[in-house]
Amino acid sequence: MAKVSGNAVGIRKRERKLLVKGLLFTSPWIIGFLIFQLYPILASFYYSLTEYNLFKPPEWVGFGNYKDLFQDDKFYKSMYNTLYITIVGVVPHMAYALLMALLLNAKVKGQSIYRTIYFLPTLVPAVAGSLLWMWLLNSQYGLINMGLEAIGIMGPNWLVDPDWTKPSLILMGFWGTGTITVMYLAALQDVPKMFYEAAEIDGASKWRQFWTITFPSISPMTLFQLIMMLISSFQYFTEGMVFAEASQSVGGPENSLLFYSIYLYQQAFSFLNMGYASAMAWILFVVVMLFSLVIFKTSARWVYYGGDK
Amino acid sequence: MAMANEPVSADSLALKTLKKKRTGKQIAKSLLKHFVLCLVGLCFLGPFAYLLQTSVKSIEDIFAVPFVWWPEKLYWENYSNAVQAIPFLRYTWNTLFVALLCVLGELIAAPLTAYGLARIPFKGRNVIFLVMMGTIMLPMQSTMVPMYVLYNKLGMVNSYWPLVLPAFFGAAYYIFLLRQFFMGIPQEITESAKIDGASEFRIYSQMILPLSRPALFTVGLLVFLNTWKDYQMPLIYLNEPIKWTLSVGLKAFIGEYDVEWGMLMAAAALFTIPVIVLYFFVQKVFIQGITMTGTK
Repeated sequence: MAKVSGNAVGIRKRERKLLVKGLLFTSPWIIGFLIFQLYPILASFYYSLTEYNLFKPPEWVGFGNYKDLFQDDKFYKSMYNTLYITIVGVVPHMAYALLMALLLNAKVKGQSIYRTIYFLPTLVPAVAGSLLWMWLLNSQYGLINMGLEAIGIMGPNWLVDPDWTKPSLILMGFWGTGTITVMYLAALQDVPKMFYEAAEIDGASKWRQFWTITFPSISPMTLFQLIMMLISSFQYFTEGMVFAEASQSVGGPENSLLFYSIYLYQQAFSFLNMGYASAMAWILFVVVMLFSLVIFKTSARWVYYGGDK
Repeated sequence: MAMANEPVSADSLALKTLKKKRTGKQIAKSLLKHFVLCLVGLCFLGPFAYLLQTSVKSIEDIFAVPFVWWPEKLYWENYSNAVQAIPFLRYTWNTLFVALLCVLGELIAAPLTAYGLARIPFKGRNVIFLVMMGTIMLPMQSTMVPMYVLYNKLGMVNSYWPLVLPAFFGAAYYIFLLRQFFMGIPQEITESAKIDGASEFRIYSQMILPLSRPALFTVGLLVFLNTWKDYQMPLIYLNEPIKWTLSVGLKAFIGEYDVEWGMLMAAAALFTIPVIVLYFFVQKVFIQGITMTGTK
């Protein structure tokens, strides 16, 4: 008996030693998490219940900010713009990146050259890239409208017509899909060749092979990309700020470029409505979490994890 | 071609034509593929060409009505004008300073945490890992206001502290990348050192880190690129124009010079070229790093 409990003490001692070591090694992140994430997210909820402009101490207003928000037209407008760019943008960008990866995956000479070319635009800083696209989309002298004119189409006034500002951004987005292509390409190269050989013998068409082998095999990557793109899409900021320069206003023509993060930024740092901005931040937080949760929950139906990973 | 020396029999002839037929079809198919890939490649490269072309055009050439494909005289003044119009060197230095400090911080903090998560089986490790992965989904905006208030109280607004400090505590995404890499290093490698009584920190610093050079390099590079192009954080924290980074400086420049496209494109080119040059030097490691992210 004594021996057994002695062992148990030994095990506990070892465990404690491991715990101390583990916590020491992970302490940078744990401390960072407490200071830069946990504290501000809680404080943000407190601020969202106050009126606060940095100069006077926060003044308690209960849910007043939230009530005001639900009557604020610009809040709805910014929400609409953000949902628009997310819903209309994310899926086409992903589908396009996957298509490119499929083309590259088949043994093509010079694969790495093409891959480099598709990847290059993702290196361009967002401010520089958006500036370049402002010029490409210039309604009179831009390359795109000149090209359209050459084939007899009258190009729209991309950056000035409020109906075209968001499609302009989505169009530009295709240019920056290189990272997704590269990651999809890696996932495609991991699909076991023998699956295709077996399907070939069974006489399955390429189309069928794609839906029964390729798509399920890369579905974890699709899930990962979908979540990451959704999150960044909800925080859409820089490109919208730059494009709005074409009409020399924050928010662009008729606020068609007033994205949620831009409006939040404006409330916080142009108007110093820290409480109001915090309420917006909390709503964003809840929406992002809800969207991710829904995707994770439904993912069980379409994401397939291979046995040995 | 090697066939030439072989005796020609009816059999091999039949085989040859069969082979040829198949390759003929394949050639057509691969030509089509290359055609599509080239076309798309052109769409991806076109904007770069347009950027460079506009950056060496004078205003007359830019707004000339039949489109000027190649300006008769290259107008390099756009570049010197851009560098003078905004304190370009100053902004480059500021951006470089912030980016390098972030790389340093991340390379100190992220591997430590990643090692703890990958190779020390302590109680609560999985909880920490899950919470950490959850923070990847946390929008930057939901912590922005209280952090600003805090830095404001500490007198750190309009300094580089808020941009650099978080890097010294590790970001979830980079920790995750390194954890994946550390987990791939076989346990046997460190076991004998453990039996010999080497401390955990020695194993970490003298065995694991040297083995992980490519992964550390990739993470460093990713941190550099992401800080180099960041716009929102410097916009929030840097008030004085002299302290701005390239992103903030260039954005302000757009509003001021809104029809001088030649100069604007020259500035954009100067902002982009260093990153592209860097990329060409380290391409292989970089692509490996990118793909490392999502495969597991």
